[in-house]
Amino acid sequence: MTALQHVKLGTYYMVHLPEADDFDFWRERARALVQCDVPPDRVAWVEPGGSGDLFAHGERRMPVPPIDAKPVRANRRFVSLARNAILHSDPERFALLYRLLWRLQSNPRMMEDKADPDVRRVEELDKNVRRDSHKMHAFVRFRLVESEDEEVSEHYVAWFEPEHHILRANAGFFMRRFSNMRWSILTPRGSLHWDTETMSEGPPAERHDAPGGDPMEDLWRTYYASIFNPARLKIGAMLKEMPKKYWKNMPEAALIPDLIAGAQGREAKMVEKGALEFEERPDTLAAIDKAIHGCRKCPIGQLDNHAVMGEGPQDAALMIVGEQPGDQEDQTGRPFVGPAGQLLDAHLEKVGIDRRAAYVTNAVKHFKYVQRGKRRLHQNPGAKEIDTCRWWIESERAIVKPKLVLAMGASAARGMLGKTVSISKVRGAPIPLEDGSELWVTAHPSYLLRLDGPAREEQARLFDADLAAVRARLEELA
Amino acid sequence: MAAQTVLQKLEILADAAKYDASCASSGTAKKNSLGGKGIGSTEGMGICHAYAPDGRCISLLKILLTNHCVFDCHYCVNRKSSNVARARFTPQEVVDLTLAFYRRNYIEGLFLSSGIVKSSNHTMEQIVEVARILREEHDFRGYIHLKTIPEADPEIVHQAGLYADRVSINVELPTDSGLTRLAPDKDARQIEGAMGKVKADLVEAKDARKRFRHAPRFAPAGQSTQMIVGADAATDADIVGKASRLYDNFRLRRVYYSAFSPIPDASAVLPLKRPPLIREHRLYQSDWLMRFYGYKPTDVMQATEADGNLPLDIDPKLAWALKFREAFPVDVNRASKEQLLRVPGLGVKAVGKILASRRHRALRLDDVALLTQSITKVRPFIVTVDWRPITLTDRADLRSLLAPKSEQLELFAA
Repeated sequence: MTALQHVKLGTYYMVHLPEADDFDFWRERARALVQCDVPPDRVAWVEPGGSGDLFAHGERRMPVPPIDAKPVRANRRFVSLARNAILHSDPERFALLYRLLWRLQSNPRMMEDKADPDVRRVEELDKNVRRDSHKMHAFVRFRLVESEDEEVSEHYVAWFEPEHHILRANAGFFMRRFSNMRWSILTPRGSLHWDTETMSEGPPAERHDAPGGDPMEDLWRTYYASIFNPARLKIGAMLKEMPKKYWKNMPEAALIPDLIAGAQGREAKMVEKGALEFEERPDTLAAIDKAIHGCRKCPIGQLDNHAVMGEGPQDAALMIVGEQPGDQEDQTGRPFVGPAGQLLDAHLEKVGIDRRAAYVTNAVKHFKYVQRGKRRLHQNPGAKEIDTCRWWIESERAIVKPKLVLAMGASAARGMLGKTVSISKVRGAPIPLEDGSELWVTAHPSYLLRLDGPAREEQARLFDADLAAVRARLEELA
Repeated sequence: MAAQTVLQKLEILADAAKYDASCASSGTAKKNSLGGKGIGSTEGMGICHAYAPDGRCISLLKILLTNHCVFDCHYCVNRKSSNVARARFTPQEVVDLTLAFYRRNYIEGLFLSSGIVKSSNHTMEQIVEVARILREEHDFRGYIHLKTIPEADPEIVHQAGLYADRVSINVELPTDSGLTRLAPDKDARQIEGAMGKVKADLVEAKDARKRFRHAPRFAPAGQSTQMIVGADAATDADIVGKASRLYDNFRLRRVYYSAFSPIPDASAVLPLKRPPLIREHRLYQSDWLMRFYGYKPTDVMQATEADGNLPLDIDPKLAWALKFREAFPVDVNRASKEQLLRVPGLGVKAVGKILASRRHRALRLDDVALLTQSITKVRPFIVTVDWRPITLTDRADLRSLLAPKSEQLELFAA
């Protein structure tokens, strides 16, 4: 083939590219054409498999630039865009890039003009290609092929369908990431094989050339389904980033329709098992009294019992909190009237605290018991039951606004603090509460009832000491 | 009870981890497996390998080592008093799962957190052990994000930073009183103290690398934190203020917001309605305004309504513009970058394009339309060669003109 010595006016040129993604070939030809001053409308670019109908009669021999031709100018921005844009599947990309290169010679800063249609188009191509590459990095799914040959290491094979000619350009990414793994990526446009040392290219493949599954995919699907939070269904956001066209090659995508369909039910279940919907906080003690009688928010409320409301002056400086009503309290509807209440009264009197001036109530409003024959045996409330009932004790506190709260026993302390504390560690010193008041913790009088001998004496002494400290503190606060 | 299979454990421990918002795998040091013995690379940009129907990116294997926990935080599904199913992975099981998923290109790496078992130190050691096996025995060079436990010994936390790309400590709630009430076992001072220690380690490691090329890296993707929105009474203004203090004091890469989500077997101390998901979105938008648009926390706070919360029907940038109409219209052919960034509807990219293009042509409205997503949103606030909004910025009903017309109904409005 002899090259033309100089350009004939009006000649149409036709350039056949050896590969759809061959940037260097395009650049070399484009440079020569620009140097020969061939305008963009006189060049047709044909990629493998493409047709050159438009200029079927075009000149296939390239012009030779004159020796004194000016060097072709292209800035870095153009070159980086062109390298990517050439990978696009749009057959017009070569012509577009040539037109831009041609125009750049007279307007070197043209790439800055973002409102120019050619600049906009090349940026769009670049963006599409970058997105396709990014999705390839993300959505390729390797499957392990069991090898018959013991000598050969595990082989991982993926089937992927890129939209653009990006396979070769992304070989490096997978090589750097999986450099010590034998892998192949098969696509309809060609394939890549890495054997931990060298990369080789192969012909276009078909889906059935790749393995149909991998035992690990069950675990992956389990993970995908479990990490999804049904309370936050946002299908649009998912589709935007993971369009349906990719789904067929992603093992987890088969779960999506069922996950969406089940989400509403799953969330309803979560809510039902979860957060309790309380009404507005009652703002009078009478309203609390009424509301707790209807409260069935925990299993204790379902038993055959009555709610027991706190009692005492609404402006009491001291609030005494016990655990829960017992058998006698349940029957009379008043707090601390049973054996533990009588013991409490005795100790209060001894240290000089007037029970009638205090607001006396319980952390849990209903009596929890198990039926043994005719007797109802006391049961400790569970942490969750105390937490549920905390709503009511907080409502009482918000109305009475005591300066000092005395919590007796671990359950009462949890009702105030939200956490379980050890009585022996926290007794004897004030714990500040959010509203500026203070909490003192001591043992529950029923604990004393269960002891006898020296142990009881010792505990009674500690109990009195706590009560005396509370009394002293109340006098300070008054 | 029969021993749980890895699949059963994964189901429980991934489910337990899903309330953590972060899944980022970006912004770490570049590394790859060339010349190594294992696999893995990080090349700057994070990769989302899948998206769940909640629209969230799945980039990392995000699991707990165990969901047994001695703490009793009321918003947390794994708290001691909750009766959810419990499971526990061995460090080796997590390592195997991470590598098997990574080899198949499902993930960028691992995000490991844990309930507190035995002691904070023991738990932190177990977490670090997973990272150690991955890095040292398998030469794994993918991304690792470790959640650190504020109560743990700083020496163990430091070790975590040497293996991980990112470490994080959750501040959990925007106010101290919220923390006392809802996370009674945690201590705000201790959390901030631990964040301060991580910051010091980050600074020191960076400084060392300037002088010694082979000084060990410490969490090259920095530290982040998470705040739960809507579980206490904090307003958006409180939250924005807290976030900006955290950014300033601890050089955080990100503050994540997680709208309080109904959890199974919730504690009764949360007698709360679920906050609308859009609130979380508005907070993220305000976060963006502060990180990329040059807004000060006070600017964002000025955009809040009387109750201290950002409006839900319009984005915070538009809310600010409607309050400060005297700052508009802005001439796209003359205005500074800072002024353009304040125009509702103009993003960072669009502003960049406007600045580049206006050197070549006097921009007309049609030109601006080509450079932006929606010209109708932008039009009331700009001046071009052929356009000037005459009375629009004075109109009282401008907000209703610009607010999205048909409100997308929340699927499961609480």
